[in-house]
Amino acid sequence: MIGLTHYLAVSAALFVLGVFGIFLNRRNIIIILMSLELILLAVNINLVAFSAFLHQVHGQIFAMFVLTVAAGEAAIGLAILVIYFRGRGTVAVDQADLMKG
Amino acid sequence: MTAVFAFYLFAVTLLIGGFLVITSRNPVHSVLWLIVCFFNAAGLFILLGAEFLAMLLVIVYVGAVAVLFLFVVMMLDIDFKALQRGALKNLPLGLAISGIILTEVLLVATGWQPGQGVILHEALAGPPEGMTNTQWIGSQLYTRYFFVFSMSGLLLLASMIGAIVLTHRRRIGNRRQDIGVQVARTPAGTLGVGKAGLGQGVEL
Repeated sequence: MIGLTHYLAVSAALFVLGVFGIFLNRRNIIIILMSLELILLAVNINLVAFSAFLHQVHGQIFAMFVLTVAAGEAAIGLAILVIYFRGRGTVAVDQADLMKG
Repeated sequence: MTAVFAFYLFAVTLLIGGFLVITSRNPVHSVLWLIVCFFNAAGLFILLGAEFLAMLLVIVYVGAVAVLFLFVVMMLDIDFKALQRGALKNLPLGLAISGIILTEVLLVATGWQPGQGVILHEALAGPPEGMTNTQWIGSQLYTRYFFVFSMSGLLLLASMIGAIVLTHRRRIGNRRQDIGVQVARTPAGTLGVGKAGLGQGVEL
C-alpha cells in the first residue's frame, strides 16, 4: 500500500536533486532555472499528496498557485537571461559582477 | 497492485529524469528530460486523484514553460562547453549540502505525526458525492480563494508586462514606416527649385 510517506520521500528526493543541480551547474543559469522548476515540482507533489491523504482540496488549490508563480518566474527569469546574453554574449552568471554587489 | 506498480514506475522515472536534467551535457536534452519529469509528476497526481492538476501540469508546464525553455536554449547561441568548466569544483560542497538537506527532509517525512485534530486517512478518497475533481477545486477556488485567485491573475499580468518590457528593444537603423512623419511632410520641406548657372554645378 502506497502511503503518504512514499510520496513525501519522492518529493524530498526531487527537491534535493533540484538543490544539487544548482550547485552542479553554478555557472549555467538555464540549468539553474530548470533546477528551480524541479524544486517547485517537488513542492507541488508534497501539497497534492497532503491534499489527497487529508481528504481536503486546499492543497490542490495551493499547488495551482505555486504553478502560477512558477510560470511567471520562468518567464521573467528567461527574459533576464535573454537581456543578459545580449549584453555579455554569455550566460555565465558567476561573472555577473557589474554592480559590484 | 497496479497502483503500486504505477507509483514506483512514475516515481523512479521522475527521479531518473530529474537526475538527467541536472547532469546532461546538452541543455536541449535537459529540457527534454524536464518534460519527462513533468509527465511523470502528472502521473503521480493522477494516482493521487488530482486529475485537474495533472492536466494543468501537462498543458501549462509541458505546453508552455518547457517550450519557452527550449525556445530560449535554441535562440541564444551559447557556448555550453565553456560553462561546464570548473563544474566539478563545487561537487563536494554540493554533495554535502544536498546530503544534509536530504537527511533532514527524510527524517521529517518519516517521523512526522499529524497534529491534534488532524485526521490523516490511510486510503484516498475522491471529491464529495456528485462532484468531479475539477468541480471540487472550482467550488473552493471561486469562493473562498477568490481574492488569491484574482491576485494570481494580477501576478501573471505583471510578469507578462515585465517580460515584454525587459526583452523589447527598439532597433536602430531599420526602415520602419512612420505614418505620422509621412503625413506631416509638406512640399516646402521636401521640394526646392535650384538655379544652375552656366558651367557650374548645383550645391545640394
